[in-house]
Amino acid sequence: MSEQGQSYTTGQHPDLPAPVSTTGVIGWMRVNLFATVPNAILTILAALFLLWFIPPVLDWAFFSADWAGQTRDDCTREGACWVFIKVWFRQLMYGRYPVEELWRINLAYVIAAAAGLLLFVPGLRGKPWIGLFLLVGFPIIAFILFVGGNFGLPVIETPLWGGLFLTLVISAVGIAASLPMGVVLALGRRSNMPVVKALCITFIEIWRGVPLITVLFMASVMFPLFLPEGMNFDKLIRALLGVMFFSSAYMAEVVRGGLQALPKGQYEAAQALGLNYWKMMGLVILPQALKLVIPGIVNTFIGLFKDTTLVLIIGLFDFLGMIQLAGTNPDWLGFAIEGYVFAAFGFWIFCFGMSRYSQHLEKKLHTGH
Amino acid sequence: MAVEQLAPAARPPLFYDPRVRAIFYQLLALTLVALGGYYLVNNTLANLARQGIASGFGFLDTTAGFSISMSLIPYSEESSYGRVFLVGLINTLLVSGIGVFFATILGFLIGIARLSRNWLIAKIAAAYIEILRNIPLLLQLFFWYFAVLRTLPSPRDSVQIFDSFFLNNRGLSSPSPLFEPGFSAIPIALAIGIIAAIVVARWARKRQEATGEQFHSFWVGLGIIIGLPLLAGIFTGFPLSWDTPELVGFNFVGGMVLIPEFVALVVALSTYTAAFIAENVRSGILAVSHGQTEASFALGLRRSQTLRLVIIPQALRVIIPPLTSQFLNLTKNSSLAAAIAYPDIVLVFAGTVLMQTGQAVEIIVITMLCYLILSLLISGFMNWYNQKMALVER
Repeated sequence: MSEQGQSYTTGQHPDLPAPVSTTGVIGWMRVNLFATVPNAILTILAALFLLWFIPPVLDWAFFSADWAGQTRDDCTREGACWVFIKVWFRQLMYGRYPVEELWRINLAYVIAAAAGLLLFVPGLRGKPWIGLFLLVGFPIIAFILFVGGNFGLPVIETPLWGGLFLTLVISAVGIAASLPMGVVLALGRRSNMPVVKALCITFIEIWRGVPLITVLFMASVMFPLFLPEGMNFDKLIRALLGVMFFSSAYMAEVVRGGLQALPKGQYEAAQALGLNYWKMMGLVILPQALKLVIPGIVNTFIGLFKDTTLVLIIGLFDFLGMIQLAGTNPDWLGFAIEGYVFAAFGFWIFCFGMSRYSQHLEKKLHTGH
Repeated sequence: MAVEQLAPAARPPLFYDPRVRAIFYQLLALTLVALGGYYLVNNTLANLARQGIASGFGFLDTTAGFSISMSLIPYSEESSYGRVFLVGLINTLLVSGIGVFFATILGFLIGIARLSRNWLIAKIAAAYIEILRNIPLLLQLFFWYFAVLRTLPSPRDSVQIFDSFFLNNRGLSSPSPLFEPGFSAIPIALAIGIIAAIVVARWARKRQEATGEQFHSFWVGLGIIIGLPLLAGIFTGFPLSWDTPELVGFNFVGGMVLIPEFVALVVALSTYTAAFIAENVRSGILAVSHGQTEASFALGLRRSQTLRLVIIPQALRVIIPPLTSQFLNLTKNSSLAAAIAYPDIVLVFAGTVLMQTGQAVEIIVITMLCYLILSLLISGFMNWYNQKMALVER
């Protein structure tokens, strides 16, 4: 209190700290949670909701869950029974693929992951070659590994394929096929040739106008009718064809958005340089257009990845299909929720990861102002 | 020299003429498509002939012979396959319509909550969006159907809401209205009320544009719309009673029953689509530049007026096109009904009828055409609405 008598002259006041009520945790809460009376009421209601919702969920999923054991009798506590997932884990991942041949799938995963990781190494040369390998070489290797029949590998019939493995196969084929097909369709739709344009528009609009389920139904009941007698496709290949047509139509619309967004000057400049149509598209237009629509492309991929679950309706056992199958096993009735939560978690990781990566890519490739 | 070199260039070889090339390519494309189509049709006809299936739409008159768990129009096992198609189509339309309604409301609420200045609310909305839209719809549908609605208690131990709604594993039983003679006065009064409200709103708008005087057309209109049917009801003595469901034996009798498949489908479709609509709403509102808000504050408009008269009309222009595709997606996604046995067009027509008759081509084509027409109708309507809302430029 010795400072009480001290006097300051104008302009020499020491800088006081900001009032407590506007800084730190309290200040933040005042601004962001309790700014006005209705706001404060909303905050309290939301907090009560979270308190009501989160602790029981955590309790169910972790604290009173059963983790150890081999049969359903080991699930004695009232929480989740993760034993169910543990026992069925191999089927959920690989379907009914023979155990002694699982290394083939894992090897393909490792190759893909290694090549994929190399793409992320900054400053590495030869990345286009790695990309080309992933697009062309890897599918061939994967096909030989998965199907077998060559190099002394026993043939594994596709009805044995399943689980997350099948989900990844379907979505990877759909993604790999839809991008080139989509680009060609989009170019066709923007073409000056009326016949080509009409054909592309019809193709795109028909596939986009109908739900994937009807496409898959069509693939499973109508495709066999289209083929000459004696020739028959595997069920998986029929589903893959349906998924490819369907996703390429969506991809075409995304790519078209990019093509339309480019100013006309780019086309004119490319033509003025004497480039022919394919050089103009390949060197000038498409690199810019595809970069513009990366978010759209990734969104289509995410949609496709989620839509692959529909194949269970035509009797293919993908990740979700395997969970449904496991849940209807007489020994394991009543564990549907655990299965769905596990599947939701698996799908969520993939989809959320993809969407975050697309946001990152978008920022990285943003060369505008 | 130069002249000699230029001379042949004046008339390039035919194959280098862009027009000739274009015609050639188009003819090539047409031929390929025609050949492919001919090949497929030929194979199909041969296959059908071999399987002894007569093509044509005559099967639509054949008796179906199976029952359907939910139908808005009279249907029995003696009805024809054509009737089955109608029942399925109406069920698809019903679930899509109700789904669109709830998804829009929920989506707008969550989209606005996502932009709330309240940190907690914004984060909850963000978590909702990120969780719901990154999980396959089919999985969510299974969750609602198998994990939630199927595990509800049996009718005897139903969950009671206000003593007249009963929720159990057979669905949601609720009272159904019983119309008595004279009831028609109320809907007529309602229709008159709506027309009167529109007339009042138009008149008020004209007067405001001419004189600047404001008129509370919203409250007056609401009063007319609610008041007229109320008056009609009082005069006729409310000729309406409710048929409440009652537990008889093991099940409920009377009232209306919403089957669990329907409830699961509506809940899954609307919560899933709402996550996407919320993102559209958010980006639409963010697309309106902040200068618009400042300008309207500077004009003396209140916060609510700013939102209603300045922000939302401009945001809607950005929101409507993606909203259209969400509505289309919801309608198409309603076909997932087949996975939980809700009797929509895919399940009863493309599923059961196809299985019984084997008319794969006709049935798949009809089903796809239905969805195509539905898609065209929705996008046509939304385009019309979009044009109405679009910026009128010079």
